[in-house]
Amino acid sequence: MSTVKGSHILLRHRDNPALSTFEGYIKDGGFKTWKQVVTRMTPEAVVNEVFDSGLRGRGGAGFPTGLKWRFIDKNNWPHYVVVNADESEPGTFKDREIMESNPWQFLEGVMLTAYAVNANVAYIYLRGEFWMLAAELDKQIARLRKEKLLGMKLFGTDYELELHTHLGAGAYICGEETALLESLEGKLGQPRLRPPFPPSFGLYGKPTIVNNVETLANVPLIIEKGAKWYRKFGTEKSPGTKIFSLSGRVAKPGNYELPLGTTYGDLIMTHGGGIPEGRKIKAIMSAGASSTLIVADDKALATPMDYESVPALGAQLGSASIIVIDETVDLKWLVDKTVHFFNHESCGKCTPCREGTYWMNNITQRILHGEAEQKDVDLLKDVAMNMKGKCLCALGEFATEAVVSSIERFPKDFKIKAGAKTIAGELKVMHD
Amino acid sequence: MNALQTKYAKEVKAILAKYPDDQKRSAVMPLLYVAQREAGYVSRQHLADIAEIIEVTPTEVASIVGFYTLYHDQPEGKYRIQVCNDLPCAMRGADAFLQGVCENLGIEVGGTTDDGLVTVEAVMCLAACDKAPMFQVQDYENITYYEEQTVDSTLKLVDKWRKAGAKKK
Amino acid sequence: MTDAVKPNVETTLVNLTIDNVPVSVPKGTLVVDAAKRIGIDIPVFCYHPKLEPVGMCRMCLVDIGLPAVNRETGKVETDKQGRPVINFGRALQTGCTVEVAEGMVVVGYTEKVQKARQDVLEFLLTSHPLDCPICDKGGECPLQNLTMAHGRSDSRFIFDEKIKLAKHVPLGEMIFLDRERCIQCARCTRFQDEIADDPVIGFEARGRSLQIVTYSEPGFDSIWSGNTTDICPVGALTTTDFRFGARPWELQASASLCTHCPVGCNTTLNTRREAKAGGEMVVKRVMPRQNEEVNEIWLCDKGRFAHHYAAKDDGRLTGPLVRRDGKLVAATWEKALALVAEKFEGAGKGLVTLAGGKLTNEDLYNLAGLAKARGGKALLDSRMAGGDLTAQVGLSTGSNLADLGKGDAALVVACDLEEEAPLWWLRVKQAAERGATVIVANPRRTKLERHAAFTLRYEYGHEAALVTALVGSFSPKRADLPAAVQALIRDKDVKDAGQAIAGAKDLIVFYGSEGTGLAESAALARACANLLIGTGHIGRPNNGLVAVWDKANAQGGWDMGLRPSADLAADLGAAKAAYIVAADPAGDSPALAEAVKAAGFVVVQDIRLSATAELADVVLPAAAFTERDGTFTSGERRVQRLHPAVPAYAGLRGDFAVTAQIAARLGVAQEKRLATGVFNQIAASVPAYAGLTSAALSEVREQWPVIGRGDVYYGGTTYDNKQGLGVQLPVSGDSPALTFEQPAEPAKFKGLKAVPVTRLYDRGTTVTPSAVLHPRLPGAFIALSVEDADKMKIEPGQKVQATLNGVTVEVEAHIDNSLAQGVVLAPRSFGLAIEGPCEITVKK
Repeated sequence: MSTVKGSHILLRHRDNPALSTFEGYIKDGGFKTWKQVVTRMTPEAVVNEVFDSGLRGRGGAGFPTGLKWRFIDKNNWPHYVVVNADESEPGTFKDREIMESNPWQFLEGVMLTAYAVNANVAYIYLRGEFWMLAAELDKQIARLRKEKLLGMKLFGTDYELELHTHLGAGAYICGEETALLESLEGKLGQPRLRPPFPPSFGLYGKPTIVNNVETLANVPLIIEKGAKWYRKFGTEKSPGTKIFSLSGRVAKPGNYELPLGTTYGDLIMTHGGGIPEGRKIKAIMSAGASSTLIVADDKALATPMDYESVPALGAQLGSASIIVIDETVDLKWLVDKTVHFFNHESCGKCTPCREGTYWMNNITQRILHGEAEQKDVDLLKDVAMNMKGKCLCALGEFATEAVVSSIERFPKDFKIKAGAKTIAGELKVMHD
Repeated sequence: MNALQTKYAKEVKAILAKYPDDQKRSAVMPLLYVAQREAGYVSRQHLADIAEIIEVTPTEVASIVGFYTLYHDQPEGKYRIQVCNDLPCAMRGADAFLQGVCENLGIEVGGTTDDGLVTVEAVMCLAACDKAPMFQVQDYENITYYEEQTVDSTLKLVDKWRKAGAKKK
Repeated sequence: MTDAVKPNVETTLVNLTIDNVPVSVPKGTLVVDAAKRIGIDIPVFCYHPKLEPVGMCRMCLVDIGLPAVNRETGKVETDKQGRPVINFGRALQTGCTVEVAEGMVVVGYTEKVQKARQDVLEFLLTSHPLDCPICDKGGECPLQNLTMAHGRSDSRFIFDEKIKLAKHVPLGEMIFLDRERCIQCARCTRFQDEIADDPVIGFEARGRSLQIVTYSEPGFDSIWSGNTTDICPVGALTTTDFRFGARPWELQASASLCTHCPVGCNTTLNTRREAKAGGEMVVKRVMPRQNEEVNEIWLCDKGRFAHHYAAKDDGRLTGPLVRRDGKLVAATWEKALALVAEKFEGAGKGLVTLAGGKLTNEDLYNLAGLAKARGGKALLDSRMAGGDLTAQVGLSTGSNLADLGKGDAALVVACDLEEEAPLWWLRVKQAAERGATVIVANPRRTKLERHAAFTLRYEYGHEAALVTALVGSFSPKRADLPAAVQALIRDKDVKDAGQAIAGAKDLIVFYGSEGTGLAESAALARACANLLIGTGHIGRPNNGLVAVWDKANAQGGWDMGLRPSADLAADLGAAKAAYIVAADPAGDSPALAEAVKAAGFVVVQDIRLSATAELADVVLPAAAFTERDGTFTSGERRVQRLHPAVPAYAGLRGDFAVTAQIAARLGVAQEKRLATGVFNQIAASVPAYAGLTSAALSEVREQWPVIGRGDVYYGGTTYDNKQGLGVQLPVSGDSPALTFEQPAEPAKFKGLKAVPVTRLYDRGTTVTPSAVLHPRLPGAFIALSVEDADKMKIEPGQKVQATLNGVTVEVEAHIDNSLAQGVVLAPRSFGLAIEGPCEITVKK
C-alpha cells in the first residue's frame, strides 16, 4: 500500500525521498494499481471512482475531472490524453516539483487516465523551459517500457499504451488547453474557439482529455484507496488536498500541500512564516498574475482556500498560486509588472487582448515613469473594462484582473503626483 | 534527404515516430530544437529543411519560430542567461539582480558580451518563484536552471565558461 | 466548413429573431449569415462567408438569448403573457461563430452591443495609421466604413505611441504589404491555406508584434495572391498593378469575362479617363465579378493581371496595313477591304480561315459562315479535339461544380488542372473537401493530387488506354484490347478507381492536354465519352465531359462549326488565300511560319502585329475584348456575355464586323453592326443555342453569399453580378452509342520523347505585354527526369540546347522527380516547336 503521511498525497516524496526512484516507488507499492486496473477493472469503473472522489481540475478552472472524462466522445476514435505540463502562471511552481521529485506517481496517473478514457497514446506537453525535466521523463518512460508497464499487450491484455513528451518553446498561452493542442499539432499556439471542447474535438480533431499534472498525480491514490478515502481530505465540495505555491513577500516561500479549505492566514502566517522584517501584509494574489488583488484584512486571512469560499472575496482559487504583497509594494509598480507580462504573452489572435494589453502597458509605463496624469489611471481602468467580456480566451480577461481590482480596492496607490517617478519601493534581495 | 535530415537521421526518425504518420507537422517544435543545436538559431536553410521533412511550407515553419521565445532567428551569445524578472521574482530582487549582472558584464538587458559568449535577457516566469533570483541558461544543446543566485555566483559561472572556452582554443 | 464547400443538403429550417425580425434559415447557419439574409448588417472583419469562422476580431459581438427550457418538463418556459422566457448569456457572443438555434433571439441594437462595437473599433484603431487620404483602399474600405458607422469620434490613444512599421513591404512582386494598416484578421493567410492550399504567407511573432510574412521563393508564391487584396478589410494588401493607380470612387465598372482559359471567370473591368493616356479611358484593374456557378468571387492572378495585352499602347494596331514593295504600309479601310475581297474572290474554294480560340462566338460564327459560303475551310487554332463530344455528352443545363459532394466523383485526366484552368482546380478541390471522390490520372505529379482519393499514373501516350482501362475495370473482359490497356486493368488502383466511378451518383470527367497533340486528344476524348456513356453519367445535370480547352472559347469554335486542322501546315501551305484571325501560327512554330509564307494571299486580323502578321499581305486591326460586345462559351458550356469597357480606336470594330464587311464585298450577307444581331442568328441556326437571347444571358438570380459595394465589409471588393450569370447549354439529346476505338499505341522515338504541357504563366502574346507578371514568367525551359538528368550530368537550372522538330532553342533544364525516364516536358508557348509528342535532343 502506498504510504501517506499527514496531508501529503502528491508531495509524498517529502516524507519518502526514495519515491523519486523507480525501485523506491515500486517498493512503496507503486504500479500495483496500474496492473490491477489494466487486468481487473473496466475503464468505466476507473472513471466512476474518479468521478465519485470529487476531484476537480487543478489547472485553474476547477472542473470536475471525472465529469470531463465522461464527456469523451465514444463514437469517434482514436482517443488521446494530453497532459498540460506547461506550468507558466507567474507564482506557480507545483507541477515542476511533482514531476521532478514524484515522477512515477505522476506517470502512473497519466497511464490510469489513458486507460480510463480508452486512449493508447498520451502526450505530456511540457513548457520548453522544463528541458531537463523532459529529458528525465523520457528516461523514465523508457524504463517503464523496459519494465513492460508500457507498450503492447500490457499484462497479457489487448491494451496498449505509449507515452511521449513534447516540449513547448516559451509561450504562456500554451497553458490554455486548445492553444496547447494547436501547438502540439505544430501550429501557432493560439486558442481555438470553444465549443467544441477537447473531449469531442481535441488533438488532431479527435476526442482528447487534457488534464493538469497535479490533477493526474492524484489519480493513483484515488484508485488505490478509493473515492471515500480521498474525500476525507478537504471540504465537501472541494475534496482532497491542493498544492499551494507560496511566493512573494513571505518568509518561507515554497510549495505546501494542504487540505482544500485551509485558510489564507494559516498558509501565509503559519506555514509560510509570515512577512519578513516585521512588515504588514497588504494584499494577496490568489491565483498568480491572473488574479485580482485581495485586500489582506482579517476576513481575507480567515477565508478558507477552496473553490467556493475564494469567490466571495472577489477572487478565484485558480491554480492556487499565492503571491503575498506587503505594505512596501506600490501597486502601480505591481500592475505594470502584470500588464507587461500579459502584453508579452498575448498571442495576438483576438483584438481586445492584442491591442488592450499593449495599450495598458503603454499607460502603466507612463504612470511608472511619472509621465501620467490622474486621468490616465481612469483611462487604464476603462481600457481594462473595455477588454472584459470581449476576449477569445481567458488570457485577455486575466490581464484586466489585477488592473481593475488594484485601482478599485487600493485607490491610495493610484493617486498620481505630478512628475513622481519610479516607485518600485523598497525591494531588496531577500535571498542571501 | 536534406542536410538536417542526414546529419541527425536517427533523431529525426525518432521524433517523427512520436506522432501519427499523417501528423508530421507535430514534429516541427522538436525539429527546431535539433536545428538550433547547430549554432543556437534557426537559419533559412533550416526552415526549408524542416519544411521538407514535415511537408509544410517554409513560411509555416518560420511562423512557429516567430511565435515562441525559445527559438531564435539570428545568432546571439553562445550562452543566453535568461533571468526571470516577473512579479514574484521581482519582489525578491530579480530586477536589481538583473541590473547587477548586466552592469558587471558591461551590457544592456538583451545585449551580448563583446566576446559573443553571453547574452543576458529578461524573461517571463520560469516556475521557480520561491528560488529567486534565478535564471535559466539556454545554450545550443540544453536549457539549465540556476536558482537562488547572486550577482557573484552568476559572474563566476560566466568566468567558468570563459575559461572552458579559452582552454578549448 | 465554409459556405463554399458546404454540401447543399441541409433543409431543416430554424426559426429565430434578429433585431426583432423573424427569420427562418437552414440549420447550421451562422448568426451573421442569418442576419445578412434579411439585410441586417452585423459588422465583421475576420469573418468571411467563404472562410472558416475564427471569431478573432470580436467585431461581431451581439447579445444572444435562448428560450429557457424547464429541466423537468423539457418545455420552453413562458411569462404571464405566454411569451417564451429568453435567457441571455452574461457575455456578448461572436455572431460569426454561433450557429442559429430554434427560438434564438439575437440583438444588435442595444447600448451594450453598440458600445462593444465601439470598443473593438477603438482597439483596432490604436495601432492603425489612419492614412486614409493616401490609401488605395480608401473609398472601399471596411475599416473606414465601419468606423464611420460604429466608431468613436475622438481618439484616446496617444498618437506618438502608435507603432511605426514598414509601409511598403513587397510580399512578392505582385502584392505589397503595409504593416501599419494590417489589423491581423488573418483573412489573407486563411484564404491561402483553406481556399488556395498555398499556405505561403503566415503570421510571425505574436501579440501586437504579429505580422504577415512570407518565406516562399519567390515571395508569396501563389497564383491566387490577388484575391487576398479583395478580401483584405483594410489597405494592408495591395496589388502592384493597381497600387497608387486611382481612387476607387473615380472608377467605372463594366462587366467582362476573362479570356485566358475555358473557365470563363466573370470579371469587372474598372476604368478611368486619364490625362496621362491622352484623355483616353484606361482599364485600371480587373476585378472578380461574382458568379457562384463559375468563379464564385475569385480570380487567378493571370486573369487579374494579364489584361495589358488589350491596352491601348504603342503595340496596338490602329488601322489597316497593306504590303507594298515588300513592306506593310498604312492603307484606308476601303482600299484594304477591297484588296482582301478581290483576292478572296480569286481564291475561290482555296480560302482557308484560321480562327483563334479567344474570339467571340459572333466572330467565329461570321468567319465560319464566310468560309462555308465560299466553299473554303473553317479551322480552329487548337490542338485539342472532342468539341463534338462535349456537345453530346458535356455538362448539361443546371450543372454546378458546387453540387458535387459525397457520393459523386470527378475524374481529371491528362491535365494539370491548376495550371490549365485554375478555378476548376479550386472547385474540384472543394468537391473533394465536400466528400466527392476525386481521381487524378496524370503521368507526373500535379497539385490536385493532394485532394485525390486515387492518383493514377500512366505512360505519356497511354491516356486513352488508361481511361479505357477504367471502363474495362467494370466491363466484361475484352481480349481484343491492347496490351497497355490490359496491363492497366490489372492495376489495383485503376480497378478501385473504376469501381468508384461506376458507383458514383454524379460524375464529371475533365480531360486536358497534358502530353497530347490533336490525335491523342481525339482518342482521349473518345475514351472519356465512352466512360461516361458506359456508366450512365450523361444527359443530366452535374454529369458529363468537360474539355479543359487550350483556349477560352474553343468550345464556341466547335459549336460554330470550326474544327482544328489535322495538318495545319499543309492546310495553310495549300491555301490560295488564308484569313488568319486572332491566331499566330508563325509565332508558334517555324514549320507553320513556312506554311504561312507558302500560302497564296495572307490576311491577318488581330489587335497587335504578330509574327504571322509580319508575313501577311494585308493586316486588319480589330477591337480588343475590353472594347467590344460578344459572347463566349465556357468549357462547362455556359454562354456568357462581355461588354465594352473602353471605346475602341476610331474605325476599329469587333472581328465579326470586319469579317462581315469582307463578306459583304463577296456577296455574302452577314450582320456587321451589332454583336447581339449575330447572336440572334446563332440562336436561330445553331441547334444547341436555339432560343437563346441576350436577355436570357443577362438574367441574374440571388446569389449567396451577398457580395457587393454596400457589403464590402462582408465579402470584399469583389463585384456583385448585375449583368448576367449566363446560360448553360443543353446537351444535344442524342444518346450516343458506345463506340470502342482501339487506343493507338503511342509513337516511339529512338531518343528522348518530348511531350507538351501547359503552364499558366507562359510567354504567349496575351501574357507578355503585362509587365507586372514578368518576374513570375519563367524563361524557356524543359523538365527532365532525375534519371536522364543524372545520365547527362545536367544540374537543375543549367542552360541546355533543346532541339525539337528541327528547331534548337536554349532552355533552362528543370528536374521533375515524378517524371518517367526518357520523357522530357516541353511547355507550350515558350518558343519550343511542339504541338504533340515528338522527339527531342538535349545537349549541354
